[in-house]
Amino acid sequence: MKATVHVTLKNGVLDPQGKAIEHTLSGLGFKGIGDVRQGKFIELDIAEKDKTKAREQVDAMCRQLLANTVIENYTIEIIE
Amino acid sequence: MKACVIVFPASNCDRDMQVALERSTGKKVDMVWHRESDLSGYDLVAVPGGFSYGDYLRCGAMAARSPIMGAIKKHADRGGLLLGVCNGFQILTEAGLLPGVLMRNANLKFVCRDVELTVERNDTAFASGYTKGQKIRIPVAHHDGNYFTDDETLKRIEGNGQVAFRYVDNPNGSLNSIAGVYNERGNVLGLMPHPERLVDAQLGGTDGLPMFDALAKGAA
Repeated sequence: MKATVHVTLKNGVLDPQGKAIEHTLSGLGFKGIGDVRQGKFIELDIAEKDKTKAREQVDAMCRQLLANTVIENYTIEIIE
Repeated sequence: MKACVIVFPASNCDRDMQVALERSTGKKVDMVWHRESDLSGYDLVAVPGGFSYGDYLRCGAMAARSPIMGAIKKHADRGGLLLGVCNGFQILTEAGLLPGVLMRNANLKFVCRDVELTVERNDTAFASGYTKGQKIRIPVAHHDGNYFTDDETLKRIEGNGQVAFRYVDNPNGSLNSIAGVYNERGNVLGLMPHPERLVDAQLGGTDGLPMFDALAKGAA
């Protein structure tokens, strides 16, 4: 099974890299761009065959390592 | 006073820390590889600066999950002194031993220069060599030193007097200009500036020296 994890900054947490991307996009002439937020995408193979158990495992990985929940949110997708 | 410095892959201020501690304590300071798992018998454990694991994922994230961290937590729990500088501060926040998180500098620039700090309190084992409100000059060298935490935690650490040092002129966007914090008990300190780099007049100043002298005296 494959799992994908998106890690993003929580609302209200300043994202200076997102801001810099926004400014550069404006500089390239893209109009109407706002509220650019950048994050991380993590993909992994998982031996577990049960979808619920696989999700639980990945959730534990997020809490213990993949995300810092002081500033970050995460979403998990399990693909069979 | 028995002290050691933890070494991770890509620590790079470990030797400076050892020199500073040996100078003040007059005793040999051990270097402990991150794969070790026992720190019993040490009065002071220092987690040095650097770029452990290449800052992969988040600064300090990998190091905070390495085998030595169990022993570091045990050391802090039994009241041992624990000092984290720069990457060491990031590692201690990632490990949950100190509140908050160090984010990318607000201006996105690597800041490498001397900064002025205010000593917020001097009733701790780390800061008893300074006076409260004293201004000291210590170098910073980091890309991710922007101290952040949620409002509730910020209120709590301010209320508890857990702020150790504040920048006079905030170089990185840190909330409330926070440069260093203590844990609630006051035996764990993390700070972004590098006091170990200023312990010899020939290297540009000695404003870091009182911290190591105080630690040597306090944990004698």
